[in-house]
Amino acid sequence: MDLTVVWAAIIAFAVAAYVVLDGFDLGIGILFPAFRVGGERDSAMNAIAPVWDGNETWLVLGGGGLMAAFPLAYAIILPALYTPLIAMLLGLVFRGVAFEFRWRDPSHRAGWDAGFCAGSVIATFAQGITLGALLQGISVKGRAYAGGWWDWLTPFSLLTGFSLLAGYALLGAGFLIWRTEGRVHRDARRLARFLAPAMLVSLGLVSLYTPFLEGQYWHRWFVWPGLLVTVPMPLLVAGAALMLWRAIARGHDAAPFVWTLAIFGLALAGLAVSIWPDVIPGRVTIWQAASPPVSQAFMLVGASILVPVILGYTAWAYWVFRGKVSDGGYH
Amino acid sequence: MTAAETALLLARAQFAFTVSFHFLFPSFSIGLASFLAVLEGLWLKTGKDHYLDLFRYWLKIFALAFAMGVVSGIVMSYQFGTNWSVYSDRAGPIVGPLMAYEVLTAFFLEAGFLGVMLFGMQKVGRGLHFAATCMVALGTFISAFWILSVNSWMQTPVGFATNAVGQFVPAHGWLEIIFNPSFPYRLVHTVIAAYLTTALAVGGVGAWHLLHGRKTAQVRTMFSMAMWMAALVAPVQILAGDEHGLNTLAHQPAKVMAMEGHFRSHPHGAPLILFGLPDSAAETVRYAIEIPKLSSLILKHDPNAPLAGLETIPKRDRPPVAIVFWSFRIMVGIGFAMLGLGLLSLLARVRGRLYDWPWLHRLALVMGPSGFVAVIAGWVTTEVGRQPWVIYGVMRTSEAVSPIATPGVTGSLMAFVIVYFAVFAAGTLYILKLMAHAPKPQESDPARAPIRSAGITPAPAQASGAGVAEEHR
Repeated sequence: MDLTVVWAAIIAFAVAAYVVLDGFDLGIGILFPAFRVGGERDSAMNAIAPVWDGNETWLVLGGGGLMAAFPLAYAIILPALYTPLIAMLLGLVFRGVAFEFRWRDPSHRAGWDAGFCAGSVIATFAQGITLGALLQGISVKGRAYAGGWWDWLTPFSLLTGFSLLAGYALLGAGFLIWRTEGRVHRDARRLARFLAPAMLVSLGLVSLYTPFLEGQYWHRWFVWPGLLVTVPMPLLVAGAALMLWRAIARGHDAAPFVWTLAIFGLALAGLAVSIWPDVIPGRVTIWQAASPPVSQAFMLVGASILVPVILGYTAWAYWVFRGKVSDGGYH
Repeated sequence: MTAAETALLLARAQFAFTVSFHFLFPSFSIGLASFLAVLEGLWLKTGKDHYLDLFRYWLKIFALAFAMGVVSGIVMSYQFGTNWSVYSDRAGPIVGPLMAYEVLTAFFLEAGFLGVMLFGMQKVGRGLHFAATCMVALGTFISAFWILSVNSWMQTPVGFATNAVGQFVPAHGWLEIIFNPSFPYRLVHTVIAAYLTTALAVGGVGAWHLLHGRKTAQVRTMFSMAMWMAALVAPVQILAGDEHGLNTLAHQPAKVMAMEGHFRSHPHGAPLILFGLPDSAAETVRYAIEIPKLSSLILKHDPNAPLAGLETIPKRDRPPVAIVFWSFRIMVGIGFAMLGLGLLSLLARVRGRLYDWPWLHRLALVMGPSGFVAVIAGWVTTEVGRQPWVIYGVMRTSEAVSPIATPGVTGSLMAFVIVYFAVFAAGTLYILKLMAHAPKPQESDPARAPIRSAGITPAPAQASGAGVAEEHR
């Protein structure tokens, strides 16, 4: 099989793993002000404290892997999305240190809680904008970004930004429904009743908008064989949404999170259908951006051994911290 | 200055600022992770509780330093693309895979086991917990291996060819690239520096408590372990540094000329300039205090060996001399001061006064942060000494920069400075607060340990914390 395709799949997997895993971390940060100061916030944070660092590492693999396997794409995309990416990084700084700092200095805990929430919101919004800006197209000349300073800022990219905020918040609420009990569990369930429609509406708007951005997307979705995807995809999303709603309403524990994951999975699959086989939509294909085979082959040796190992011990770490948390921590 | 030159300068300032900040945390966490593994191992082996006390005590500090290292490190992994996109495109096929291996072998290992190390003592049992601690320590070392391989390849690039689109690609396999000529020296020198930095910080904390009359078993143990480290490892570091210098002379002579302040060639033996004010415009070192022939003796092991000066290098290929000259002296000076501290501690040990010699403790306290200064000074020496090249002799820094506009890079630089100073000042303050309390025997008692397990949060602080936070709102 084509090495470049394999690497595209690995990086897509890393990005998807990041979105899902750090998505619920960031979502809990977004929802943080909705929880009461004290035990409720402590349990919300305890639910992710042992795993956030590993979750975030998928972002580094996505970025680092892009540079290694598709250096041209890395070199064009990062300058094009300079401002939202720097905003994302600074947001992640606040989010990351808040996990430790808020326990260290109780007299400034309110400040670090605010930093945790603001950092999560900024990082999420910036990631959503990044996705939107990539989808709407980046101007390229030669081997470099040729657009302006504010090209990323459009109504569409703002829409994807808000859409991701709703999506991550729903993931966060689903995770808390699953992993907490008592007041924070009940509050998370109440929040999910608002967030689920918000996420579905915004996902619908993004899906309707996207085919009109570029001729390629329209072609991909509405001309045979794209119809194979176009017809079942909305039905699958609607089915998952229904199951999600029932799970929230009937008080299931893990099911709301699982069905939110399913909707995320479908959205990511739809995204892949839209842009394949480009890495910069409409401009650069994965083969044009690819590293030489000697570089891709060298990394593939490591990745094919190490990614399963990483998944193994990550699963073990989640197993160690299984079960409900409370404000008292792990029992 | 043209707009492009301004943007380049700002991009360089931004990279220098973010990487220097970041570098402080791994320097501390590489050493601390190994120290923690040793402490936990000693506790399991001897069953003596004061080792567990020390483990818990330093674990809290490690957690803070590690969190700051992680978030500042994520910034680094995106800086290559945002500010140095041409470099990323051309060097990506070589340095990209090495950094990807760092993520796969080191970052995931550290991150995956960190949760268990911090929160899992009651969940997984002693043996598995110790294994997790060792994995985190191993992860920090593997991380150093890969990133120093990348950095060393940029200093002494070998084993590459240029392809049709101008990218550097491996020519004869990866081993030659990974184990490039300066890599072994740089790896040894940097890892030892991390161990010394941690030892001096631990020793400084121990000295502080000894000076305040807290001569508990915990305080004595950490001070003694730190002083052993200084006494045994500082001389090794000086030897390693000397070897590294010889390697640099062989591969990057201009850097050594700048370190030594040699503008002119010395055909009959070069003097060692101890101090002076380098003046690049006049190509001389003003008010120099020199020891004749010593530079040749150190660098060539022959007092009369000829040494070339910067006059043999075209002006556009010379590094900025004054910065390299001074940062090198700061690093070396601190290195010898560490050696002095180690020797003094041996003397105190022989006389049985290790724990009651206030002057030794004062010196150790003052030198507590010196490792961090030496690490940054050494970093500046090697990185500024590489200029004007980003890949030595192959690609200029000015060719590597992204097509970015000045307002953007100015704004982001300001944002980084403000956020980093706010966040990392707070972090440093919290670390100092933790250090100001001596490790207590209670820290080992699982029944009285904080409920948030493994001693991450002192229980009283947690209990009162909510109330205080509420008042604040």
